Amino acid sequence: MVVRLDKLGVVTALITGYAVAGAPFATFRANRIVAGEPQTLLAALPSWAGPTLLTIVALAVIIGLFRTPSTLRLAASFAALAALFLLIGTAAEHLTPPGNTYARVSPASGFWLLLFAFALLAADSLTRLRPTPLIRILVLILAGAFIGSVLVSGSWDKLSILKEYSARADNFWAEASKHVTLALGSLAAAVIIGIPLGILCHRVQKLRAAVLNVLNIVQTIPSIALFGIMIAPLGWIAANVPGAAEIGIKGIGMAPAFVALFLYSLLPVVANTVVGLAGVPAQANDAARGVGMTERQRLFRVEFPLAFPVILTGVRIVLVQNIGLATIAALIGGGGFGVFVFQGIGQTAMDLVLLGAVPTVLLAFAAAIILDAAVELSSPAHSRTSA
Amino acid sequence: MIEIENITKRYGAATVVNNVSLVVEPRTVTVIVGTSGSGKTTLMRMINRLVEPTSGIIKLDGEDNRTLPGYELRRRIGYAIQGHGLFPHRTVAQNIAVVPELLSWDKARIDGRVSELLSLFQLDPETFGPRYPHELSGGQQQRIGVARALAAEPNVLLMDEPFGALDPVIRSKAQEDLLAIQKRFGTTIILVTHDMEEAIHLGHKIAVMDGGNLLQYATPAEILANPATDFVATLVGTGDRPFRFLSLSPAGDAVEPGNAEGEAIPASATQRDALAELLWSGRPALPVVNDAGKAIGRVTVEGLVKRASRPAA
Amino acid sequence: MKLRFPTILRIGILVLLIVFLVRPEWFEPVFRPLTQNNAPVIYNQGSLLTLTLLHLRTVAIATAGATIVAVALAILVTRSFGVEFLPLSRSLVNIGQTFPPVAVLALAVPAVGFGEKPTLIALFLYGLLPIFENSLTGLTTLPPTVTDAARGVGMTGWQRLLKVELPLAMPIILAGIRLSVTINLATATIGSTVAAKTLGEVIIAGLQSNNLSFVLQGGLIVGVLAVLIYDGLSAIESFISRRMGLLQQS
Repeated sequence: MVVRLDKLGVVTALITGYAVAGAPFATFRANRIVAGEPQTLLAALPSWAGPTLLTIVALAVIIGLFRTPSTLRLAASFAALAALFLLIGTAAEHLTPPGNTYARVSPASGFWLLLFAFALLAADSLTRLRPTPLIRILVLILAGAFIGSVLVSGSWDKLSILKEYSARADNFWAEASKHVTLALGSLAAAVIIGIPLGILCHRVQKLRAAVLNVLNIVQTIPSIALFGIMIAPLGWIAANVPGAAEIGIKGIGMAPAFVALFLYSLLPVVANTVVGLAGVPAQANDAARGVGMTERQRLFRVEFPLAFPVILTGVRIVLVQNIGLATIAALIGGGGFGVFVFQGIGQTAMDLVLLGAVPTVLLAFAAAIILDAAVELSSPAHSRTSA
Repeated sequence: MIEIENITKRYGAATVVNNVSLVVEPRTVTVIVGTSGSGKTTLMRMINRLVEPTSGIIKLDGEDNRTLPGYELRRRIGYAIQGHGLFPHRTVAQNIAVVPELLSWDKARIDGRVSELLSLFQLDPETFGPRYPHELSGGQQQRIGVARALAAEPNVLLMDEPFGALDPVIRSKAQEDLLAIQKRFGTTIILVTHDMEEAIHLGHKIAVMDGGNLLQYATPAEILANPATDFVATLVGTGDRPFRFLSLSPAGDAVEPGNAEGEAIPASATQRDALAELLWSGRPALPVVNDAGKAIGRVTVEGLVKRASRPAA
Repeated sequence: MKLRFPTILRIGILVLLIVFLVRPEWFEPVFRPLTQNNAPVIYNQGSLLTLTLLHLRTVAIATAGATIVAVALAILVTRSFGVEFLPLSRSLVNIGQTFPPVAVLALAVPAVGFGEKPTLIALFLYGLLPIFENSLTGLTTLPPTVTDAARGVGMTGWQRLLKVELPLAMPIILAGIRLSVTINLATATIGSTVAAKTLGEVIIAGLQSNNLSFVLQGGLIVGVLAVLIYDGLSAIESFISRRMGLLQQS
């Protein structure tokens, strides 16, 4: 019998082998900013946990290495990921001397590589299983619930990223809410303005090229410059328009960031509206006229529903892009997770950088999964197969 | 000579070509006819090993076609397909030169061959050589496709629905050109089509396929006279059968002694054309002239009708 | 001659940009209204020309690296021995696009330190995605008759790749590179938050000293560069596609 190896399994095995044997699992530092001492997997974990983790990882690697069913592979990679998440907390517990509050323990390259290897295996098995949109959202919710419960259980409390968090817990949630407000608020504004603008561009040929050109040029202005450029006009408005300052419009802070994000968001929304409407089959439009629909009825009953998935794709692009770009707002005092990133860079405190970067990545990732699922659910191909 | 011996191709559980054997004589045109999904294209693609058979052997001039690597084999076999498959990023001349270049011919020889083929297909080399495929009409693109297939002077030419995308007028012209070129170079041609009319017109022999099986492999006359199965009979079309039969032979073969009035018909025209002319003009007989324009006798409605009846088995 | 005007406009903008980079002081009156309290009008903490060239160099190195790796990967996953990785690579590209550039930049710092290196890594990773995606599209949507003909005339795998598949996919690959360059030109400015020498320095200096003139100068140079490079690459693409007659199809 010929045993056939799975190519991705081989890649996973190689990464895992290096991560376990050649890379440190965790880093111990006497305080927040000194250089760290790398610790191997067995040294970093308590005596019961090291072999446990190695066994689970080895089993998952073996399952990945051979051509096993996708569900088994998915289960194995999830088990390995869960073990990694649960046990990194015990490493912090184990390495921190009792009573020492200055010491810092953070995951090191070995941990990140293991995470990457099994995330790769999980992504591959998930891709092969072709989960329906609702299953994907369910997996996302379960993963979120798992990470949430680990956080709440306090088993990560000794990890340095959570020490950074506990030092500024109130700030964290304030910046988180600013970040989400900026990203979602500017998206909402862009949808309210952008979709009618897109419909207008679709109807009026002459307007289309001009509007899209201007929006394209806006996109080429670097984000930090656009944020900066917004300071002056908004400062002027705050000073000269009665009542503007009272509703929170200021030259620095959230207002210019909001406007800049709004401007960036317009292009994908307008362009996708135009593309979506242009993609409505001529026969459908013809038939709508033929059965005696008015212009308005045709727009709302035929054109818009058919263009909706494309428009939603534009919204997906904007939301993911905005969650990332909102980090820049911190540079002009607009708040958001960028505050921690740039403070961390300034203090060369990488745990602080992670405190800003990790939630941003997770938010963007979750937004992408949810909106991808929504796009798929709204597209006609899907409703046909599920009907 | 192409010998196909017990060739079978399976994809998983599906048998696409089932134990087919046939021998193609050199310097002839063999047409494989069938509906879509009959396995006709797969059978042809196993000759130049674009598809590898599950079992069976194909020999070219006595040599197993697996002795050479697939790509070297394919350089020695011409290949033309529906929708021409020209390389859009290369000029007409570069397209024709593809195989000679792969075979490392020297430049002068390649240039000479390209000009020769373009002229053969009634396209001016100076004008058409530097153009890109999208600048040509459908008929011109198809001719370049055939020219490319013939560029390296192959003994065997495989054609997959080569005229499928052409309109009827250009199609019949392309068919005439193909027959002329086949006569001139003596190329062995295997052509795949779903069109029985085209098969009867072009083929020295016709292989009818259905569901992966070879139903009948015979001359057009034999297939018209004695279709092996009901399916073959359906493909031939009972209504048109006598006329198709007449279309196989030239009027010259039906000449009877005697004279007739009115416009003459050349001896090379088909008997079908002769009968059509007789019926249309309401005359009982037509004079027949040879290539030199000299009268050699006449054809009659009565005589042609006799020839159109089913031959004794 | 409808095309004439934009071409002249573009050349004009290019000339204006070069003059501004070489002799920024000539433009002082234009920017003066944007400053207050006698603050310096023209960026004075380094040469705009040098920063522009360094900025372009960073983007060029990152994009070149990204192009080589992305095209090689796309070729790999479209060959028979790598086809197993095709679905996974598609998902990875999708996931990768959700990583914000600032996060990538910040996360690269602990690994390689401050300066140009983390910027190159972030731009490289961010540039990979559009090029990989487009290369994949280009290599998997070739007209089937053409690829069949390439096999049928007896090309080997390599010959098919180099003589037919890559040239035909080239316009789409170039579009990916163009997208990547445009994104990276803007993203490179963020590199200055980790001390890379880019035009971001000008903008950040403006933000820190509340000098709108600096912000505008940095932003305008990057924007103009992006528009000009975008245009130039579009022109090359449409030249190639027109020659192949692909433009009518799309």
